[in-house]
Amino acid sequence: MATKTTPQDIETTVMQSLAQFGADPDALTREATLEEVDVDSLDLVELTQVVEDAYDIDLENADFKKVKTVGDVIDLVVERVG
Amino acid sequence: MTLRDVVITGVGAVTPLGVGARVLHERWTAGACGIRDGEAPCTDFTVTDHLTSKEARRADRSTQLAITAGDEALADAGWADELPYDPELIGCVLGTGIGGISTLENNHDSLHNHDSLRDSGPGAVSPLAVPLMMSNAGSAALSLRHRLRGPVFSVVSACAAGSHAIGTALRMIQHGEAEAMVTGGAEAPLTPLSRAAFGNMNALSPSGISRPFDARRDGFVMGESAGVLVLENGDSARARGARILGTLRGYGSTGDAHHITAPHKEGRGGARAMSIALSDSGLTPEDVDYVNAHGTSTQLNDRAETLALKLALGERAAQIPVSSTKSAIGHLLGAAGAVEAVATLLALRDRIAPPTIGWEEPDDGLDLDYVPGAARPLKMSNGRPPIALSNSFGFGGHNATLCLQAA
Repeated sequence: MATKTTPQDIETTVMQSLAQFGADPDALTREATLEEVDVDSLDLVELTQVVEDAYDIDLENADFKKVKTVGDVIDLVVERVG
Repeated sequence: MTLRDVVITGVGAVTPLGVGARVLHERWTAGACGIRDGEAPCTDFTVTDHLTSKEARRADRSTQLAITAGDEALADAGWADELPYDPELIGCVLGTGIGGISTLENNHDSLHNHDSLRDSGPGAVSPLAVPLMMSNAGSAALSLRHRLRGPVFSVVSACAAGSHAIGTALRMIQHGEAEAMVTGGAEAPLTPLSRAAFGNMNALSPSGISRPFDARRDGFVMGESAGVLVLENGDSARARGARILGTLRGYGSTGDAHHITAPHKEGRGGARAMSIALSDSGLTPEDVDYVNAHGTSTQLNDRAETLALKLALGERAAQIPVSSTKSAIGHLLGAAGAVEAVATLLALRDRIAPPTIGWEEPDDGLDLDYVPGAARPLKMSNGRPPIALSNSFGFGGHNATLCLQAA
Protein backbone atom coordinates (compact mmCIF):
# COMPACT_ATOMS: atom_id res chain seq x y z
CA MET A 1 0.00 0.00 0.00
CA ALA A 2 1.48 3.30 -1.09
CA THR A 3 -0.37 5.66 1.25
CA LYS A 4 -0.04 5.39 5.02
CA THR A 5 -2.98 3.85 6.84
CA THR A 6 -4.42 6.10 9.53
CA PRO A 7 -6.28 4.94 12.65
CA GLN A 8 -9.33 6.62 11.18
CA ASP A 9 -9.06 4.44 8.05
CA ILE A 10 -8.98 1.35 10.24
CA GLU A 11 -11.94 2.49 12.32
CA THR A 12 -13.92 3.03 9.12
CA THR A 13 -12.98 -0.42 7.79
CA VAL A 14 -13.93 -2.17 11.05
CA MET A 15 -17.21 -0.27 11.42
CA GLN A 16 -18.20 -0.87 7.79
CA SER A 17 -17.32 -4.56 8.03
CA LEU A 18 -19.31 -5.12 11.22
CA ALA A 19 -22.28 -3.30 9.69
CA GLN A 20 -21.97 -5.45 6.61
CA PHE A 21 -21.99 -8.55 8.83
CA GLY A 22 -25.36 -7.43 10.18
CA ALA A 23 -24.66 -5.20 13.20
CA ASP A 24 -27.01 -2.23 13.54
CA PRO A 25 -25.04 0.76 12.13
CA ASP A 26 -26.74 3.17 14.57
CA ALA A 27 -25.63 1.07 17.54
CA LEU A 28 -22.03 0.76 16.31
CA THR A 29 -19.93 3.04 18.51
CA ARG A 30 -16.46 2.56 19.98
CA GLU A 31 -18.03 2.12 23.42
CA ALA A 32 -20.58 -0.55 22.38
CA THR A 33 -19.75 -4.04 23.63
CA LEU A 34 -19.56 -6.78 21.02
CA GLU A 35 -22.51 -8.47 22.72
CA GLU A 36 -24.62 -5.32 22.45
CA VAL A 37 -24.09 -5.13 18.71
CA ASP A 38 -24.50 -8.90 18.25
CA VAL A 39 -20.94 -9.52 17.07
CA ASP A 40 -19.88 -13.11 17.77
CA SER A 41 -16.86 -15.30 17.14
CA LEU A 42 -17.81 -15.96 13.52
CA ASP A 43 -18.03 -12.23 12.87
CA LEU A 44 -14.57 -11.80 14.35
CA VAL A 45 -13.05 -14.45 12.09
CA GLU A 46 -14.67 -12.75 9.11
CA LEU A 47 -13.33 -9.41 10.28
CA THR A 48 -9.89 -10.95 10.74
CA GLN A 49 -9.93 -12.01 7.12
CA VAL A 50 -10.89 -8.51 5.98
CA VAL A 51 -8.23 -6.64 7.97
CA GLU A 52 -5.51 -9.19 7.22
CA ASP A 53 -6.19 -8.67 3.52
CA ALA A 54 -6.48 -4.90 3.80
CA TYR A 55 -3.46 -4.19 6.00
CA ASP A 56 -1.20 -7.22 5.48
CA ILE A 57 -1.17 -8.21 9.15
CA ASP A 58 -1.67 -11.49 10.99
CA LEU A 59 -4.20 -11.95 13.77
CA GLU A 60 -4.85 -15.07 15.82
CA ASN A 61 -7.94 -16.10 17.75
CA ALA A 62 -6.00 -15.52 20.95
CA ASP A 63 -5.54 -11.86 20.06
CA PHE A 64 -9.27 -11.34 20.59
CA LYS A 65 -9.30 -12.82 24.10
CA LYS A 66 -9.34 -9.48 25.92
CA VAL A 67 -11.49 -7.68 23.39
CA LYS A 68 -14.80 -6.45 24.85
CA THR A 69 -15.90 -3.42 22.86
CA VAL A 70 -15.86 -2.30 19.25
CA GLY A 71 -13.18 0.21 20.25
CA ASP A 72 -11.02 -2.64 21.59
CA VAL A 73 -11.21 -4.34 18.19
CA ILE A 74 -10.24 -1.15 16.39
CA ASP A 75 -7.34 -0.53 18.79
CA LEU A 76 -6.08 -4.09 18.32
CA VAL A 77 -5.92 -3.65 14.56
CA VAL A 78 -4.37 -0.19 14.83
CA GLU A 79 -1.67 -1.59 17.13
CA ARG A 80 -0.85 -4.40 14.71
CA VAL A 81 -0.71 -2.14 11.68
CA GLY A 82 1.68 0.00 13.73
CA MET B 1 -46.36 -52.12 21.10
CA THR B 2 -49.08 -49.66 20.16
CA LEU B 3 -47.65 -46.77 18.20
CA ARG B 4 -48.88 -43.26 18.85
CA ASP B 5 -50.90 -41.55 16.13
CA VAL B 6 -49.23 -38.55 14.54
CA VAL B 7 -51.13 -35.50 13.33
CA ILE B 8 -50.15 -32.56 11.15
CA THR B 9 -50.94 -29.19 12.74
CA GLY B 10 -49.03 -26.73 10.59
CA VAL B 11 -47.64 -26.37 7.07
CA GLY B 12 -45.41 -23.87 5.31
CA ALA B 13 -43.89 -23.61 1.86
CA VAL B 14 -41.89 -21.31 -0.37
CA THR B 15 -42.25 -22.44 -3.96
CA PRO B 16 -42.08 -21.18 -7.54
CA LEU B 17 -45.82 -20.48 -7.20
CA GLY B 18 -45.21 -18.03 -4.36
CA VAL B 19 -44.59 -17.69 -0.65
CA GLY B 20 -47.02 -19.75 1.40
CA ALA B 21 -48.43 -23.26 1.54
CA ARG B 22 -51.93 -22.17 0.64
CA VAL B 23 -50.62 -20.09 -2.28
CA LEU B 24 -49.03 -23.28 -3.61
CA HIS B 25 -52.24 -25.28 -3.17
CA GLU B 26 -54.58 -22.68 -4.64
CA ARG B 27 -52.40 -21.81 -7.61
CA TRP B 28 -51.58 -25.41 -8.53
CA THR B 29 -55.25 -26.35 -8.20
CA ALA B 30 -56.11 -23.43 -10.50
CA GLY B 31 -53.64 -24.74 -13.09
CA ALA B 32 -50.88 -22.16 -12.61
CA CYS B 33 -47.31 -23.07 -13.53
CA GLY B 34 -44.21 -21.57 -11.88
CA ILE B 35 -41.76 -22.63 -14.60
CA ARG B 36 -40.01 -19.83 -16.51
CA ASP B 37 -37.33 -20.34 -19.17
CA GLY B 38 -36.88 -23.98 -18.28
CA GLU B 39 -36.39 -23.49 -14.55
CA ALA B 40 -38.57 -23.07 -11.49
CA PRO B 41 -37.14 -20.33 -9.23
CA CYS B 42 -38.90 -18.82 -6.22
CA THR B 43 -39.22 -15.40 -7.88
CA ASP B 44 -41.68 -14.07 -5.27
CA PHE B 45 -39.25 -14.77 -2.43
CA THR B 46 -37.35 -11.73 -1.18
CA VAL B 47 -35.07 -12.79 1.62
CA THR B 48 -35.10 -9.41 3.40
CA ASP B 49 -38.88 -9.70 3.83
CA HIS B 50 -38.29 -12.68 6.12
CA LEU B 51 -34.78 -12.56 7.60
CA THR B 52 -32.54 -9.87 9.07
CA SER B 53 -29.38 -9.13 7.12
CA LYS B 54 -27.37 -11.09 9.69
CA GLU B 55 -29.68 -14.10 9.48
CA ALA B 56 -29.52 -13.98 5.68
CA ARG B 57 -25.70 -13.80 5.65
CA ARG B 58 -25.52 -16.83 7.90
CA ALA B 59 -27.72 -18.97 5.64
CA ASP B 60 -27.32 -20.47 2.19
CA ARG B 61 -30.33 -19.81 -0.02
CA SER B 62 -31.64 -23.32 0.69
CA THR B 63 -31.59 -22.52 4.41
CA GLN B 64 -33.21 -19.13 3.84
CA LEU B 65 -36.09 -20.92 2.14
CA ALA B 66 -36.27 -23.48 4.98
CA ILE B 67 -36.37 -20.78 7.67
CA THR B 68 -39.18 -18.95 5.89
CA ALA B 69 -41.26 -22.09 5.34
CA GLY B 70 -40.55 -23.09 8.95
CA ASP B 71 -41.77 -19.76 10.33
CA GLU B 72 -45.01 -20.20 8.40
CA ALA B 73 -45.49 -23.79 9.56
CA LEU B 74 -44.91 -22.97 13.23
CA ALA B 75 -47.26 -19.99 13.08
CA ASP B 76 -49.83 -22.17 11.31
CA ALA B 77 -49.58 -24.69 14.16
CA GLY B 78 -50.19 -21.93 16.70
CA TRP B 79 -46.60 -22.08 17.93
CA ALA B 80 -45.58 -18.53 17.00
CA ASP B 81 -45.53 -17.18 20.57
CA GLU B 82 -44.67 -20.23 22.58
CA LEU B 83 -43.69 -23.87 22.06
CA PRO B 84 -46.51 -26.11 23.37
CA TYR B 85 -44.16 -28.81 24.73
CA ASP B 86 -40.85 -29.13 26.52
CA PRO B 87 -38.30 -28.00 23.88
CA GLU B 88 -36.27 -31.13 24.63
CA LEU B 89 -39.18 -33.14 23.28
CA ILE B 90 -39.40 -31.21 19.99
CA GLY B 91 -36.95 -32.07 17.23
CA CYS B 92 -36.27 -31.16 13.64
CA VAL B 93 -35.43 -33.41 10.71
CA LEU B 94 -35.08 -31.85 7.26
CA GLY B 95 -34.10 -33.38 3.95
CA THR B 96 -31.88 -32.03 1.21
CA GLY B 97 -30.29 -33.40 -1.93
CA ILE B 98 -27.24 -31.20 -2.40
CA GLY B 99 -27.35 -28.80 0.58
CA GLY B 100 -25.60 -25.44 0.27
CA ILE B 101 -24.30 -25.92 -3.23
CA SER B 102 -24.30 -22.22 -4.16
CA THR B 103 -22.12 -21.50 -1.12
CA LEU B 104 -19.78 -24.29 -2.17
CA GLU B 105 -19.56 -22.98 -5.73
CA ASN B 106 -18.96 -19.36 -4.71
CA ASN B 107 -16.19 -20.33 -2.32
CA HIS B 108 -14.64 -22.64 -4.86
CA ASP B 109 -14.57 -19.69 -7.26
CA SER B 110 -12.81 -17.58 -4.61
CA LEU B 111 -10.30 -20.34 -4.04
CA HIS B 112 -9.44 -20.35 -7.73
CA ASN B 113 -8.96 -16.67 -8.30
CA HIS B 114 -12.27 -15.67 -9.80
CA ASP B 115 -12.87 -13.03 -7.14
CA SER B 116 -11.21 -9.85 -8.31
CA LEU B 117 -12.00 -7.91 -5.12
CA ARG B 118 -9.89 -10.00 -2.82
CA ASP B 119 -6.74 -12.01 -2.77
CA SER B 120 -7.41 -15.41 -4.23
CA GLY B 121 -6.45 -18.79 -2.86
CA PRO B 122 -7.26 -20.39 0.47
CA GLY B 123 -7.30 -17.03 2.27
CA ALA B 124 -10.26 -15.89 0.21
CA VAL B 125 -12.53 -18.73 1.31
CA SER B 126 -15.18 -17.47 3.74
CA PRO B 127 -15.05 -18.60 7.36
CA LEU B 128 -18.82 -19.01 6.97
CA ALA B 129 -18.46 -21.53 4.12
CA VAL B 130 -18.76 -24.66 6.25
CA PRO B 131 -21.77 -23.64 8.35
CA LEU B 132 -23.53 -22.44 5.21
CA MET B 133 -22.83 -25.36 2.89
CA MET B 134 -23.20 -28.25 5.33
CA SER B 135 -26.20 -30.39 4.38
CA ASN B 136 -27.54 -30.22 7.95
CA ALA B 137 -27.65 -26.39 7.88
CA GLY B 138 -31.44 -26.32 7.48
CA SER B 139 -32.30 -28.40 10.53
CA ALA B 140 -29.62 -26.59 12.54
CA ALA B 141 -31.11 -23.20 11.59
CA LEU B 142 -34.67 -24.18 12.53
CA SER B 143 -33.47 -25.70 15.80
CA LEU B 144 -31.57 -22.51 16.70
CA ARG B 145 -34.34 -20.17 15.65
CA HIS B 146 -37.10 -21.95 17.56
CA ARG B 147 -35.00 -23.46 20.39
CA LEU B 148 -35.83 -27.05 19.40
CA ARG B 149 -33.68 -29.32 21.56
CA GLY B 150 -34.96 -32.80 20.73
CA PRO B 151 -33.50 -34.94 17.92
CA VAL B 152 -32.12 -32.52 15.31
CA PHE B 153 -30.41 -33.60 12.10
CA SER B 154 -30.83 -33.75 8.34
CA VAL B 155 -31.20 -36.66 5.98
CA VAL B 156 -29.72 -36.95 2.52
CA SER B 157 -31.22 -39.26 -0.10
CA ALA B 158 -31.24 -37.20 -3.30
CA CYS B 159 -34.78 -36.62 -4.54
CA ALA B 160 -36.35 -38.78 -1.84
CA ALA B 161 -34.89 -36.76 1.06
CA GLY B 162 -37.98 -34.70 1.88
CA SER B 163 -40.14 -37.80 2.27
CA HIS B 164 -37.44 -39.65 4.20
CA ALA B 165 -37.20 -36.71 6.60
CA ILE B 166 -40.95 -36.69 7.22
CA GLY B 167 -41.03 -40.47 7.64
CA THR B 168 -38.14 -40.31 10.10
CA ALA B 169 -39.92 -37.59 12.08
CA LEU B 170 -43.07 -39.74 12.12
CA ARG B 171 -41.14 -42.62 13.68
CA MET B 172 -39.66 -40.36 16.36
CA ILE B 173 -43.10 -39.34 17.58
CA GLN B 174 -44.57 -42.84 17.16
CA HIS B 175 -41.81 -44.26 19.33
CA GLY B 176 -41.93 -41.53 21.97
CA GLU B 177 -38.55 -39.93 21.23
CA ALA B 178 -40.35 -36.65 20.63
CA GLU B 179 -43.75 -35.10 21.30
CA ALA B 180 -43.53 -33.02 18.15
CA MET B 181 -41.27 -32.64 15.15
CA VAL B 182 -40.64 -29.86 12.66
CA THR B 183 -39.85 -31.61 9.40
CA GLY B 184 -39.65 -31.23 5.64
CA GLY B 185 -37.00 -30.32 3.13
CA ALA B 186 -35.24 -27.52 1.31
CA GLU B 187 -33.25 -27.16 -1.89
CA ALA B 188 -31.73 -24.28 -3.85
CA PRO B 189 -29.99 -25.97 -6.77
CA LEU B 190 -30.25 -23.32 -9.51
CA THR B 191 -26.49 -22.86 -9.85
CA PRO B 192 -24.06 -23.19 -12.77
CA LEU B 193 -22.54 -26.44 -11.46
CA SER B 194 -25.79 -28.27 -10.82
CA ARG B 195 -27.29 -27.05 -14.11
CA ALA B 196 -24.26 -28.43 -15.95
CA ALA B 197 -24.08 -31.62 -13.90
CA PHE B 198 -27.75 -32.60 -14.21
CA GLY B 199 -27.78 -31.33 -17.80
CA ASN B 200 -24.78 -33.37 -18.91
CA MET B 201 -26.29 -36.57 -17.55
CA ASN B 202 -29.34 -35.86 -19.74
CA ALA B 203 -31.65 -35.60 -16.73
CA LEU B 204 -32.87 -32.07 -17.53
CA SER B 205 -35.56 -31.29 -20.08
CA PRO B 206 -34.09 -29.74 -23.25
CA SER B 207 -37.55 -28.34 -24.08
CA GLY B 208 -37.78 -26.77 -20.61
CA ILE B 209 -41.26 -28.24 -20.15
CA SER B 210 -42.27 -30.41 -17.22
CA ARG B 211 -45.03 -32.72 -18.47
CA PRO B 212 -45.01 -35.85 -16.35
CA PHE B 213 -46.49 -39.02 -17.88
CA ASP B 214 -46.97 -37.33 -21.30
CA ALA B 215 -45.46 -39.16 -24.31
CA ARG B 216 -43.39 -36.05 -25.15
CA ARG B 217 -41.74 -35.79 -21.71
CA ASP B 218 -37.99 -35.24 -22.11
CA GLY B 219 -36.52 -34.73 -18.64
CA PHE B 220 -37.12 -32.78 -15.47
CA VAL B 221 -37.20 -29.06 -14.90
CA MET B 222 -35.13 -28.09 -11.88
CA GLY B 223 -36.68 -25.94 -9.18
CA GLU B 224 -35.95 -24.50 -5.74
CA SER B 225 -38.22 -24.59 -2.71
CA ALA B 226 -38.74 -25.45 0.91
CA GLY B 227 -41.64 -27.23 2.55
CA VAL B 228 -42.06 -27.65 6.31
CA LEU B 229 -44.68 -29.49 8.37
CA VAL B 230 -45.33 -29.55 12.10
CA LEU B 231 -46.10 -33.05 13.36
CA GLU B 232 -47.45 -33.72 16.84
CA ASN B 233 -48.35 -36.67 18.97
CA GLY B 234 -52.10 -36.90 18.31
CA ASP B 235 -53.15 -37.14 21.98
CA SER B 236 -51.03 -34.14 22.93
CA ALA B 237 -52.31 -32.06 20.01
CA ARG B 238 -55.92 -32.85 20.87
CA ALA B 239 -55.28 -32.12 24.56
CA ARG B 240 -53.98 -28.66 23.73
CA GLY B 241 -56.92 -28.01 21.42
CA ALA B 242 -54.77 -27.75 18.31
CA ARG B 243 -56.37 -27.39 14.90
CA ILE B 244 -55.57 -30.67 13.20
CA LEU B 245 -55.05 -30.54 9.44
CA GLY B 246 -54.65 -34.26 8.94
CA THR B 247 -52.93 -37.45 9.99
CA LEU B 248 -49.64 -38.87 8.81
CA ARG B 249 -50.85 -42.44 8.69
CA GLY B 250 -47.70 -44.26 7.66
CA TYR B 251 -44.47 -44.45 5.76
CA GLY B 252 -42.56 -46.94 3.66
CA SER B 253 -38.93 -46.82 2.57
CA THR B 254 -36.99 -49.20 0.34
CA GLY B 255 -33.84 -49.49 -1.78
CA ASP B 256 -33.75 -50.69 -5.38
CA ALA B 257 -30.19 -52.08 -5.33
CA HIS B 258 -30.49 -51.91 -9.09
CA HIS B 259 -28.65 -48.92 -10.61
CA ILE B 260 -26.98 -45.74 -9.40
CA THR B 261 -29.45 -43.46 -11.20
CA ALA B 262 -32.09 -45.48 -13.06
CA PRO B 263 -35.13 -46.82 -11.23
CA HIS B 264 -35.87 -50.54 -11.41
CA LYS B 265 -37.57 -51.08 -14.78
CA GLU B 266 -40.64 -52.71 -13.27
CA GLY B 267 -40.75 -50.26 -10.39
CA ARG B 268 -40.34 -52.99 -7.81
CA GLY B 269 -38.62 -50.83 -5.20
CA GLY B 270 -41.18 -48.06 -5.56
CA ALA B 271 -44.02 -50.56 -5.37
CA ARG B 272 -42.65 -52.02 -2.15
CA ALA B 273 -42.37 -48.55 -0.62
CA MET B 274 -46.07 -47.96 -1.37
CA SER B 275 -47.13 -51.38 -0.05
CA ILE B 276 -45.13 -50.90 3.14
CA ALA B 277 -46.59 -47.41 3.64
CA LEU B 278 -50.10 -48.86 3.28
CA SER B 279 -49.57 -51.77 5.67
CA ASP B 280 -47.81 -49.39 8.09
CA SER B 281 -51.01 -47.33 7.97
CA GLY B 282 -53.26 -50.36 8.49
CA LEU B 283 -54.80 -49.78 5.07
CA THR B 284 -55.27 -51.61 1.76
CA PRO B 285 -55.15 -50.32 -1.84
CA GLU B 286 -58.96 -49.92 -1.81
CA ASP B 287 -58.55 -47.19 0.83
CA VAL B 288 -56.43 -44.94 -1.39
CA ASP B 289 -58.31 -41.99 -2.93
CA TYR B 290 -55.44 -40.09 -4.57
CA VAL B 291 -51.76 -40.49 -5.40
CA ASN B 292 -49.34 -37.58 -5.54
CA ALA B 293 -46.80 -39.15 -7.88
CA HIS B 294 -43.07 -38.55 -7.96
CA GLY B 295 -43.77 -37.92 -11.69
CA THR B 296 -40.54 -36.22 -12.72
CA SER B 297 -41.22 -35.92 -16.47
CA THR B 298 -38.29 -38.21 -17.27
CA GLN B 299 -38.79 -41.19 -19.57
CA LEU B 300 -37.55 -43.66 -16.99
CA ASN B 301 -39.26 -42.47 -13.81
CA ASP B 302 -42.73 -41.99 -15.18
CA ARG B 303 -42.79 -45.41 -16.82
CA ALA B 304 -41.34 -47.21 -13.79
CA GLU B 305 -43.64 -45.34 -11.41
CA THR B 306 -46.71 -46.24 -13.46
CA LEU B 307 -45.69 -49.90 -13.27
CA ALA B 308 -44.96 -49.53 -9.56
CA LEU B 309 -48.43 -48.10 -8.95
CA LYS B 310 -50.00 -51.06 -10.76
CA LEU B 311 -47.85 -53.52 -8.83
CA ALA B 312 -48.66 -51.98 -5.45
CA LEU B 313 -52.30 -51.02 -5.95
CA GLY B 314 -53.50 -53.60 -8.48
CA GLU B 315 -56.82 -52.68 -10.11
CA ARG B 316 -57.18 -49.73 -7.75
CA ALA B 317 -54.35 -47.93 -9.62
CA ALA B 318 -56.59 -47.32 -12.63
CA GLN B 319 -59.55 -46.17 -10.53
CA ILE B 320 -57.97 -43.23 -8.73
CA PRO B 321 -56.46 -39.90 -9.79
CA VAL B 322 -52.65 -39.75 -9.96
CA SER B 323 -51.09 -36.32 -10.48
CA SER B 324 -47.67 -34.71 -10.28
CA THR B 325 -46.94 -31.41 -8.52
CA LYS B 326 -43.80 -31.24 -10.67
CA SER B 327 -45.98 -30.22 -13.63
CA ALA B 328 -46.52 -26.90 -11.79
CA ILE B 329 -43.25 -26.28 -9.94
CA GLY B 330 -40.68 -28.60 -11.49
CA HIS B 331 -38.45 -30.99 -9.61
CA LEU B 332 -37.27 -29.64 -6.26
CA LEU B 333 -34.83 -32.50 -5.60
CA GLY B 334 -34.52 -32.96 -1.82
CA ALA B 335 -37.39 -30.54 -1.14
CA ALA B 336 -39.79 -32.32 -3.50
CA GLY B 337 -41.21 -34.84 -1.04
CA ALA B 338 -41.78 -32.15 1.58
CA VAL B 339 -43.47 -29.63 -0.70
CA GLU B 340 -45.53 -32.41 -2.25
CA ALA B 341 -46.64 -33.66 1.18
CA VAL B 342 -47.87 -30.14 1.93
CA ALA B 343 -49.65 -29.93 -1.43
CA THR B 344 -51.18 -33.39 -0.97
CA LEU B 345 -52.51 -32.63 2.49
CA LEU B 346 -54.14 -29.36 1.41
CA ALA B 347 -55.64 -31.07 -1.65
CA LEU B 348 -57.10 -33.81 0.54
CA ARG B 349 -58.59 -31.19 2.87
CA ASP B 350 -60.37 -29.60 -0.10
CA ARG B 351 -61.36 -33.04 -1.47
CA ILE B 352 -59.73 -32.20 -4.76
CA ALA B 353 -57.24 -33.80 -7.16
CA PRO B 354 -54.99 -31.08 -8.66
CA PRO B 355 -54.03 -31.55 -12.32
CA THR B 356 -50.94 -32.80 -14.09
CA ILE B 357 -50.52 -29.57 -16.02
CA GLY B 358 -49.64 -29.97 -19.69
CA TRP B 359 -50.53 -33.66 -19.96
CA GLU B 360 -51.98 -34.18 -23.43
CA GLU B 361 -50.41 -37.13 -25.25
CA PRO B 362 -50.76 -40.59 -23.77
CA ASP B 363 -47.74 -42.87 -23.94
CA ASP B 364 -47.87 -46.63 -24.52
CA GLY B 365 -48.48 -48.37 -21.22
CA LEU B 366 -48.84 -45.14 -19.28
CA ASP B 367 -52.58 -45.50 -18.96
CA LEU B 368 -53.52 -44.28 -15.49
CA ASP B 369 -55.74 -41.30 -14.74
CA TYR B 370 -53.14 -38.54 -14.57
CA VAL B 371 -55.77 -35.79 -14.04
CA PRO B 372 -55.22 -33.94 -17.33
CA GLY B 373 -56.58 -30.47 -17.93
CA ALA B 374 -58.01 -29.25 -14.66
CA ALA B 375 -58.42 -30.14 -11.00
CA ARG B 376 -61.44 -32.21 -10.15
CA PRO B 377 -63.28 -33.26 -7.00
CA LEU B 378 -62.09 -36.43 -5.31
CA LYS B 379 -64.52 -39.34 -5.41
CA MET B 380 -64.48 -40.84 -1.96
CA SER B 381 -65.01 -44.55 -1.52
CA ASN B 382 -66.81 -44.14 1.79
CA GLY B 383 -67.68 -41.50 4.34
CA ARG B 384 -64.26 -41.12 5.96
CA PRO B 385 -61.81 -38.28 5.18
CA PRO B 386 -59.78 -38.99 2.03
CA ILE B 387 -56.43 -40.79 2.01
CA ALA B 388 -53.46 -40.30 -0.33
CA LEU B 389 -50.03 -41.71 -1.02
CA SER B 390 -47.17 -39.36 -1.86
CA ASN B 391 -44.17 -40.90 -3.63
CA SER B 392 -40.54 -39.80 -3.78
CA PHE B 393 -37.78 -41.68 -5.54
CA GLY B 394 -34.12 -40.65 -5.57
CA PHE B 395 -30.90 -41.37 -7.44
CA GLY B 396 -29.21 -44.23 -5.67
CA GLY B 397 -32.40 -46.28 -5.77
CA HIS B 398 -33.96 -44.62 -2.71
CA ASN B 399 -37.75 -44.93 -2.49
CA ALA B 400 -40.01 -43.34 0.11
CA THR B 401 -43.80 -43.20 0.29
CA LEU B 402 -45.90 -41.27 2.79
CA CYS B 403 -49.56 -42.04 3.54
CA LEU B 404 -51.61 -38.99 4.53
CA GLN B 405 -55.25 -38.53 5.53
CA ALA B 406 -57.21 -35.29 5.84
CA ALA B 407 -58.71 -34.53 9.25
